[in-house]
Amino acid sequence: MAEPETNARRIAEEARDRARFEEEVLELSDQVYRVARRLVPTREEAEDLVQDTYARAFRSWRSYTPGTNLRAWLMRILTNLNIDRGRRDQRTPDIRPMEEGDYFLYNRLEETAGAEDEERIVERLSQDSIVRALSQVPHDFRDVIVLVDIGDFSYQEAAQILDIPIGTVMSRLHRGRRILKSGLAEVAVGEEG
Amino acid sequence: MGFEHICEKCEEMLQPFLDRELDESERREAQAHLDACHYCAKRYRFEEDLRTIVRHACDEPMPAELKAKLASLRTPLL
Repeated sequence: MAEPETNARRIAEEARDRARFEEEVLELSDQVYRVARRLVPTREEAEDLVQDTYARAFRSWRSYTPGTNLRAWLMRILTNLNIDRGRRDQRTPDIRPMEEGDYFLYNRLEETAGAEDEERIVERLSQDSIVRALSQVPHDFRDVIVLVDIGDFSYQEAAQILDIPIGTVMSRLHRGRRILKSGLAEVAVGEEG
Repeated sequence: MGFEHICEKCEEMLQPFLDRELDESERREAQAHLDACHYCAKRYRFEEDLRTIVRHACDEPMPAELKAKLASLRTPLL
């Protein structure tokens, strides 16, 4: 009669593994929310997205391989759900070519402010204007900025999460940051992006 | 002549430099220029500050109710 005992032990072990997994996933919730909040336009949508992500993560816990990158696994669920929520329909608008280099925003701010030290130039950007400018970056570019600059993911992890080549992560990041700076210039110095 | 050209190259290295994506010799080359060039150094510092500011501006704490809701999604213990 060893079999029922073995089964009982296996069930107990599984329950323990599952509880531990759920604990670890919950510990990441602040980070998950921070990223979700910038991927979608409103707080309500971010809350829904995070809840759906957790519901799915708890349901599909067996597909997670222990010892692998849990944060990236979770974020992959989140970005896939975000795409499923209809974002696929949104087309990325054509972005006009940007000839400006990376010093562009600093140069514009300096031109309008005269000689100032860089700390004071940065201070001219309000929190609202930054959040607004980021929300206006087209989502393909914004996703990468949010994952790398706000979620602290490496290029490699962002590539894995979004299922795109690492070269695409780099080019979108570069382009996205320029679009962001162009938006910041618009609000900071009233300039056309 | 050469100076503006070097600054242009330094501008191109700005993003990979801050992302720590340059190889050692490129990084050293950029650093040597930054040590000598006030114009580029100011712009690098600005970019670094900008990233910090963007991160802070976007740091919105998770609502406590959401945290409780997530915990309630857990599988009940046997």
